[in-house]
Amino acid sequence: MRRIVILGGGTGGTLAANRLRHTLPPDEVAITVVDRNDGHVYQPGLLFVPFGLARSGELTRPRGEQLHPGIDYLVDPVDRVDLASRRVSLESGHVLPYDVLVIASGAVLAPEETDGLTGVGWGEKTFTFYDPTGADALAAALDRFVGGRFVVNVIDLPIKCPVAPLEFCFLADWFFRQSSMRDQVEITYVTPLDSAFTMPVASRRLGGMLTERDIALVTEFNTGEVDGAGGRLVSYDGREVPFDLAVVVPVHNGAAYVTRSEGLGDALGFVPTDPHTLQSSVSPDVFVIGDAAALPVSKAGSVTHFEGEVLAENITRFLAGEPLDASYDGHANCFIETGFSKAMLIDFNYDVEPLPGHFPGRIGVPLMKETHLNHLGKLLFEWFYWHTLLPGREIPGVHSVMPIAGKTLSARTEEVLAS
Amino acid sequence: MTTDTIAGVDVDLDEEGFLVDPGQWTEDIAIELAHREGIASLTDRHWQVIRFMRDEYRAKGTGPPVRALARTSGVPIKELYELFPKGPAKIAAKIAGIPKPRGCI
Repeated sequence: MRRIVILGGGTGGTLAANRLRHTLPPDEVAITVVDRNDGHVYQPGLLFVPFGLARSGELTRPRGEQLHPGIDYLVDPVDRVDLASRRVSLESGHVLPYDVLVIASGAVLAPEETDGLTGVGWGEKTFTFYDPTGADALAAALDRFVGGRFVVNVIDLPIKCPVAPLEFCFLADWFFRQSSMRDQVEITYVTPLDSAFTMPVASRRLGGMLTERDIALVTEFNTGEVDGAGGRLVSYDGREVPFDLAVVVPVHNGAAYVTRSEGLGDALGFVPTDPHTLQSSVSPDVFVIGDAAALPVSKAGSVTHFEGEVLAENITRFLAGEPLDASYDGHANCFIETGFSKAMLIDFNYDVEPLPGHFPGRIGVPLMKETHLNHLGKLLFEWFYWHTLLPGREIPGVHSVMPIAGKTLSARTEEVLAS
Repeated sequence: MTTDTIAGVDVDLDEEGFLVDPGQWTEDIAIELAHREGIASLTDRHWQVIRFMRDEYRAKGTGPPVRALARTSGVPIKELYELFPKGPAKIAAKIAGIPKPRGCI
């Protein structure tokens, strides 16, 4: 009997386990999923909680129920991985030997790494919407907010869903307009990047959308301290942004056990991984999916979903002693909620930045355009998440490899594709 | 891409002023690039970071982001910003003659 151990029962761990269980015979390969708790959160839904558009309790389901029959499931935090002896030690003292290990333990928030962030004002004047508790506390704070300086700050990258803080700004603009108090609120987006977003075409489009909504943009701001009592963000180079209410996206690290395990993670606890095969570069029997990987892709559910197919195929090949398939292309796509029941779709990969046009082909959903249809798509996606994506099935019309037909290429993209 | 003469050597720079070929780098080039970034003189601590960036690039193919730099270089994050006020990861990479750190999106 061969043993596959999957650390993490979130998006990546669940869809990997279900895909592998579907293809590998249960009498030849045992699959075990381990997580530190039993709450699987639909994380894209957290964005809506502060505005009363979703309830955090309804976003969470038991992890075990998302796993198909024939998959063992343990709720037990991981203490460490020993790469040399191919064993995982759990905090209970239980030890799991493996033939293949899948790291799917995502990214964790580390608000305590920023001076002052978890001090005075945390949960009163400074919030995050990146976990259910924070999103609920922020919903209550928005209910009683009477106006003033409203600041949204990303401390440092990488973060999960890099567009979410921008979506949060757009929804805040909508929310305050609906409440007839937009003229009493100054919204400012504060980022360490040199523009609204990372990639040129999308960055110009998203930057323009901030301007249209009268949202101020502060760039290249590296937050060194969040002073809750004084109501100000202070950058390492001594600049200050004052606030009455701050929504902060804390820095992210890999799971703590990754750092505790010798030779497994990089300086931030993410696992070095081959960008095309998803085999780790720390040991050939270790594979990585989703946010846990140190890869130049967004930490996002769509990335994890598109990685699933290649990951499952390569674990099957590895067990059979066959060469791996190097076909993951960095494909990501996301609906960016823009307020007023509209959203905008972006689609990109390692080489091709987000571009306008249509998805998945010349006839399809418009890209980089705000439409009601995209908003419906974003809402419908929650159903697809629980019923199609986690069980490891395909979403109709959406494939692992990024489609290029239907896109209006930029000069930069044509250059990259030609090289 | 443009070509520029720095410290008497012709080097290729990308549109943001990063050396295209880290092999063209010399210590004199680092000193001149530092001047262009408003750093009047390079101290031992600057050099410690610059050499670390070059080693990281050789080992991993990209310079580290700032938090990783602070954890692995032995220079705390606050001091990194004192040494390279406009952004340690980016400016130290530029002075060290390696490409702009890819960062994450």
